[in-house]
Amino acid sequence: MGVWEYGKNYKMNEEHIIDILSEVKDPEIPVLSISELGILRKVEISGDKISVEITPTYSGCPAMDTIRDDIRSELAKHGLKQVEIKQVLSPAWTTEWMSETGKEKLRLYGIAAPSKHNCKNGEDHADSCPLCHSENIEMVSRFGSTACKALYRCRDCGEPFDYFKCH
Amino acid sequence: MDLLSTYIVHQADNALILGHRNSEWTGHGPILEQDIAISNIALDLIGQARNFYQLAASRMNEMDPGRNVGEDDLAYLRDSNEFRNLILVEQTNGDWAKTVLRQFYFSTYQFLLYRELVNSSHPDIAAISEKSIKESRYHLNWSSEWVIRLGDGTEESHHRMLQAAQELSAWIAELFLAVDFDYEAEATHAGILPEILKAEWYQRINKIFETATLPKLSSELKPLQMLSGKNGVHSEHLGTLLTEMQFLQREYPGSHW
Repeated sequence: MGVWEYGKNYKMNEEHIIDILSEVKDPEIPVLSISELGILRKVEISGDKISVEITPTYSGCPAMDTIRDDIRSELAKHGLKQVEIKQVLSPAWTTEWMSETGKEKLRLYGIAAPSKHNCKNGEDHADSCPLCHSENIEMVSRFGSTACKALYRCRDCGEPFDYFKCH
Repeated sequence: MDLLSTYIVHQADNALILGHRNSEWTGHGPILEQDIAISNIALDLIGQARNFYQLAASRMNEMDPGRNVGEDDLAYLRDSNEFRNLILVEQTNGDWAKTVLRQFYFSTYQFLLYRELVNSSHPDIAAISEKSIKESRYHLNWSSEWVIRLGDGTEESHHRMLQAAQELSAWIAELFLAVDFDYEAEATHAGILPEILKAEWYQRINKIFETATLPKLSSELKPLQMLSGKNGVHSEHLGTLLTEMQFLQREYPGSHW
């Protein structure tokens, strides 16, 4: 594990960096950090350089550029400026990498989360309304407000909501 | 450009040109949800195109260290005879029937292709394909549903699907015709010859057509002799598309977001 000399007294390792990066949120789902989403893949320190690997959820995800900028500025706040950010595509991102705490945060934010069980069985659908928890729901469109979501409606409380698709 | 770079650019061109065509629907979709759907598909395709262009650009720069080609140069500064996309993807949007049928044909093809390319000997081609195949499968499901809904819908929608099938039939044969860069890709195991996808492509299309009450597609369709998008000989539609797509970069060279 690499160690980066921080000022005179501190030494930083990869875990510190990962900790700092927990402040970087997905700009389209600002309750989730990039590590809770599984976008942050790797942090490495070699010499005085930090390299960060990220992977997109979808190929055309427009949030990636913002995420890059946010990583840079978050690290810069801690005086870390020699940063290289690399995009990796393999292994391809999957909703399985999303942490359970991450999914819970999604629900509280009003987005239905994909369930492991459903995704595994090829059943890509929401289970219940994240607002009133009713299971009486319907899909309105396979595509929602962003590439990673589909649009649903709750037949009980009448609210529309997004569902984070299996991927 | 060497043949393998051209093979990579061909994949990028298909995705970019269809992505651009789909993006022309943004703000004009038949209903809001489908406007969002087609725009999201456009976004996926343009994202895939970027990955392939970046790969081709870095390969070209490695082979010729004096050069400094970027993804934008490939997308915005080539002329129509340098584009290697299939003629199918540059066809105009027409009505919703033609758009969804074009998507259905292409997504079926692209899904089958990526399923092979995930095993490419070239690690970056394999990685992009692994990333993209999930998206293509989703596009395929979406467009299949639409083909069924319109084909087995009203008299009018059925008629529109028949018309779309008629208009697009001329461009199907090209999907399975190999050109020089396909042979190179196959020889190095970086890619495949498209004809190996043909039988399953027709099988999948005709299965959906059956449910959609549309007549079976003949696998004996012949290509138009004069045109070959993969060799840079395009239909008249690509030029006008590029004029609009490349306008900003041509007018203000080197501009960035």
